[in-house]
Amino acid sequence: MEYSRNQKILWALGTVVVLFYALIPVVWIISLSLKDPTTIGDQNFFPREYTLDNYDSVFEGGLGFNRALINSIGIAIITTLLALALASMAAYAITRLEFPGKTLILAGALAISMFPAISIVGGLFNVWRNIGLYDTWPGLILPYLSFALPLSIYTLSAFFREIPWDLEKAAQMDGATGMQAFRKVILPLAMPGVFTAGILAFIVAWNDFLFANVLTATDAARTAPVALSYFRGASQFQDPSGAIAAGAVVVTIPILIMVLIFQRRIVSGLTAGAVKG
Amino acid sequence: MAVAAETAQTTAPTTPTGLTDRAKAERKLAYILCAPAVLTMLLVAGFPIIYAFWLSLRREDLRFPEAGEFVGLSNYITVLGSSTWWNDLGNTLFITVISVALELVLGMLIAQAMYRAIFARTAIRASVLVPYGAVTVVAAFAWRLAFDPATGFAVQLFNLDPPPLTTHNGSLFIIIFAEVWKTTPFIALLLLGGLALVPEDLYKAAKMDGASAWQRFVKITLPLIRPALMVAVLFRTLDAFRIYDAAFIITRGANDTETVSILGYNQLVNRLNLGLGSTVSILIFICVMIIAFIFFRFLGASPERR
Repeated sequence: MEYSRNQKILWALGTVVVLFYALIPVVWIISLSLKDPTTIGDQNFFPREYTLDNYDSVFEGGLGFNRALINSIGIAIITTLLALALASMAAYAITRLEFPGKTLILAGALAISMFPAISIVGGLFNVWRNIGLYDTWPGLILPYLSFALPLSIYTLSAFFREIPWDLEKAAQMDGATGMQAFRKVILPLAMPGVFTAGILAFIVAWNDFLFANVLTATDAARTAPVALSYFRGASQFQDPSGAIAAGAVVVTIPILIMVLIFQRRIVSGLTAGAVKG
Repeated sequence: MAVAAETAQTTAPTTPTGLTDRAKAERKLAYILCAPAVLTMLLVAGFPIIYAFWLSLRREDLRFPEAGEFVGLSNYITVLGSSTWWNDLGNTLFITVISVALELVLGMLIAQAMYRAIFARTAIRASVLVPYGAVTVVAAFAWRLAFDPATGFAVQLFNLDPPPLTTHNGSLFIIIFAEVWKTTPFIALLLLGGLALVPEDLYKAAKMDGASAWQRFVKITLPLIRPALMVAVLFRTLDAFRIYDAAFIITRGANDTETVSILGYNQLVNRLNLGLGSTVSILIFICVMIIAFIFFRFLGASPERR
């Protein structure tokens, strides 16, 4: 569509407004994290002097943040790998095989993705305490998995449906073995979908607060967002805001890097999973 | 494979059960492939709901583990008869309706801006993904610390008196803003996907016929992106109704801003009252089902038909 001069100015202005909208809160939390603890109450948007003191106090160990970060990373990675393995198998069966109950599985997965987490966390809390999964990695991986699976199955099914599977047969006719045909032809075509589903599953596990807050009690499994919410000042008179801001930046950076590198895939994954189905 | 199965069924002689060996093998493989995912979802999401329902029919208090007994619907009478539940439900519905409405309007504007952007297309899409990628807890902290009278810049900058986090409505709106900021990109991206499907020629034709920009939006864009729009609204409504993270971080229920999820959490974790906590959980579950039903039945949202 061609634009008049006024329209061009309008949409350019729109772009700037959107950029501000998206970035101001992030810039604010970064700038707060760089403030000197003594001037943190100066109510300025930008720090007068930049310091990394807050990051030092976050990482020095007293707040349990290092251990929480390890828990978060480990739990999120294991969740992602398991979700991808289980969801790929299910999505392959759903897109490629004929069997009764296919729609039931898809409908059930959709229903689970609508479940309010608070409705299952109480039951899990009691069962986990009795079977020893309370405050452990598997105790968090399992619920994350059950919420990442519907999303992954839908995303992968949408991608698998687009793969020209006949190529597999063609490769076999040209003399490739079944495994070769799968590895050299199908796998490269499926990778973008697997990648997208993986990022979305990782975000489910990384972002969670409710399960981690209810199902953990100590450093053994407490994840970074929960550790962040428990930050207190060294004394009652010390404001933990700077440390919280620094921790918040640390928690956000890995996801931001991933999101920015793989933005095209995430956008297509989000819209494939939810619009085209 | 589907084609292969069909031809196999028509050409090969069928066994007494009506299935060829090949179709049977295919079914077996399919069930083996689906089993791990389905079992996980059933055990970790399906079973706890049933278990929670059972707990909700019992007096079950971890501080008095010996005193557990079946009490029928008396927990439901207790919860539904309390003003706390209705008050929290009111807060939750208020947050849900206002957030989703704001997200729709903002999301549509952002989607249009992204769709029409003449420069910095990649930059704008990348920056819109920033709130999406931010952890909810972090988004909530960013807003809380910004409006905190001691550390924030916003109270002084906008000359807010009294500071919003000290009042009921102010706190609710900070929770809403944190929620809206974080989730609008999701809506915008879904709507952008819908916008891309609208043929540009329709706009040109309508423009030639003298339709204003607003008319073009209402008569062409809206009807055509309706399916994407309804799915986005359905998912976000269900999501906003179970709001927990932002409310927990920003007020923890102070200033009478408790939401139903926070109520359930407090019963379960702080009071260790599994019976009443599960009752609240089940009531939230029923509310979510009712909302989903309304969307499917009356508003024509159908994730299947997309």
